[in-house]
Amino acid sequence: MVSRSLLAGLTLTLLAATGFAADYRAPRGPGGEHPDLNGIWQALNTANYDIEPHLARHSLQLREGPHGPLPAVDLLKLGAVGSVPAGLGVVDGGSIPYRPEALAKKKENQANWLERDPEVKCYLPGVPRATYMPFPFQIVQEEDGMMFLYEYANAVRDIHFEDPGPAPVDSWMGQSVGHWEGDTLVIEVTGLNDQTWFDRAGNHHSAQMKVTERYTPISPYHLQYEATIEDPETFTRPWTIRMPLYRRMEPDARLLDFRCVEFVEELLYGEWRRHPLPRP
Amino acid sequence: MNVMLDRLLLIGLAAALCAPALAAEIPRTKQGKPDFSGTYDVATLTPLQRPEMFGENLVLTPEQAEKIAAERAAYLAADLEPSDPNRSAPPAGGDGSTGAAGNVGGYNAFWIDAGEGAFRVDGEFRTSIIVDPPNGRFPEMTPVAAKAQAERRRWFRENTGEAWWMAEEGPGPYDDPELRGVGERCLLGFGSTAGPPMLPVLYNNVKRIVQNEDTVVILTEMNHDARVVRMNGEHAPPHMRFWLGDSIGRWEGDTLVIDTTNFRDETSLRSGTRDLHVVERFRYDSEGQVVYSFTVEDPNVWTRPWSGEYAWPRTDARLFEYACHEGNYALGGVLRGARLLEREWLEKHGRQGSE
Repeated sequence: MVSRSLLAGLTLTLLAATGFAADYRAPRGPGGEHPDLNGIWQALNTANYDIEPHLARHSLQLREGPHGPLPAVDLLKLGAVGSVPAGLGVVDGGSIPYRPEALAKKKENQANWLERDPEVKCYLPGVPRATYMPFPFQIVQEEDGMMFLYEYANAVRDIHFEDPGPAPVDSWMGQSVGHWEGDTLVIEVTGLNDQTWFDRAGNHHSAQMKVTERYTPISPYHLQYEATIEDPETFTRPWTIRMPLYRRMEPDARLLDFRCVEFVEELLYGEWRRHPLPRP
Repeated sequence: MNVMLDRLLLIGLAAALCAPALAAEIPRTKQGKPDFSGTYDVATLTPLQRPEMFGENLVLTPEQAEKIAAERAAYLAADLEPSDPNRSAPPAGGDGSTGAAGNVGGYNAFWIDAGEGAFRVDGEFRTSIIVDPPNGRFPEMTPVAAKAQAERRRWFRENTGEAWWMAEEGPGPYDDPELRGVGERCLLGFGSTAGPPMLPVLYNNVKRIVQNEDTVVILTEMNHDARVVRMNGEHAPPHMRFWLGDSIGRWEGDTLVIDTTNFRDETSLRSGTRDLHVVERFRYDSEGQVVYSFTVEDPNVWTRPWSGEYAWPRTDARLFEYACHEGNYALGGVLRGARLLEREWLEKHGRQGSE
């Protein structure tokens, strides 16, 4: 009797952690051995605003008002659209274990968000940010290979299942080397440059960062996603983010074009037009 | 039994055995479809359009092919020699070199990866990628497209360091970023590298194919452009438009056929329009090599369809991340340079000299 209630308690704990029973076994993928991760997936949270727990706030970039923070001048006209929705956060334990100087840089990034966030300029998002951008991504899995395709900025990750050795050069999306641990796809990402951020809150890292991602099917419609961040230059210890990813269920779900390069030409080059348009 | 009939049967049997023997050798997926997944380097010295000296001759002799490869090897060897550290500065105004980077001597062999020889299909070296029309050249353009092309060409001029467009009516070539090509703007790779049709270009010619029953992805290194082909799918409704078009796939025997429509006004293929329609085919040739072929139709541009094919050799090379936009200092530089030249022009000629 005792053991049964203990078991029930354990099951409840698992359900609370993931929302799903741990014994889910996904259909097998094209190779027949590993689970089928094919599909179009998307995060459903506010991690891209801020991966740490946060209340809703006026704006991504603030200035002091007479009675508390107000939107920065450049963002004022966005009104409610420019405000930040609240979030429970996706970081284990709540906060990111920054080194003091790295925390100072984060705050400086946040104060200069509009100028500094690589997303504003349509730069490639890096890992793990690509996963929880407010855009779908597609996993295409074949017998012994896999590719991740992101709608945002047509970012791509080709997953190597044979370790090719150290990345020849740092890049925005890094080098991804995958292996399976049971039904979990584990991807180790190295060779990342220091230009990408974790979110719109200025959370940053160095080029030393290694990201270890884990994708586990927990229902036909969900993957559990975890990413452990190691970057001793920026953080005092490794830390982990986790969130469910949701299958896009529309019958005609597909990646559409979000090639945002054309949407930032006016921002980046508009002042150099022969006949410039009015600028703020 | 009739000996003759026996022999005929035997020949028939041998022929029947031969053909499937080849078909059995090609790599196949668990479902038995030809497996095109892998990494390819599609660089080739064979041009898209056939040099006129070859007329209607599609095939190079082995001697001709060897000569082309040898000349290339000699050029590369010479160009890759270390530079003389004591050489003097290039002359003011450029060193007279030609090519993509103008007369400042940019883009030497270090930057270029355009193949080491002509490609081969079914064991024969080719003179051009285009196979139809039979002269291996683009078909005639429609009058409207020819006029538009002539208009664009008006803007291609040697850089004399002067804002020559100031003396002309209407817009100039460097007025706005939107007037520059999709490659220069990092919206797509240049030269239809991601296509369709996917054509070899000056560098970064590596491709990746990932294939399962429902989806085939063709990733082109230059600008990490991935085409997602939906197998046995239906085209998106006509109002949906895509930079690389909307691609659906099907199998015709051992050939993978990809049909692409729903383009935008500007396509990866130069001169193409929203009515572009491309049908592509992947097959294994008699040498076990992947051959990519395509037929292009665009009634706004060409008076008839045209077709081409070339080999996609497998490679151990890996794709680099071609982060074009993130490092695009050139587009801003082009615009700023034009504004400076315009200012100089005005200082020299005054307002009355312009427009």
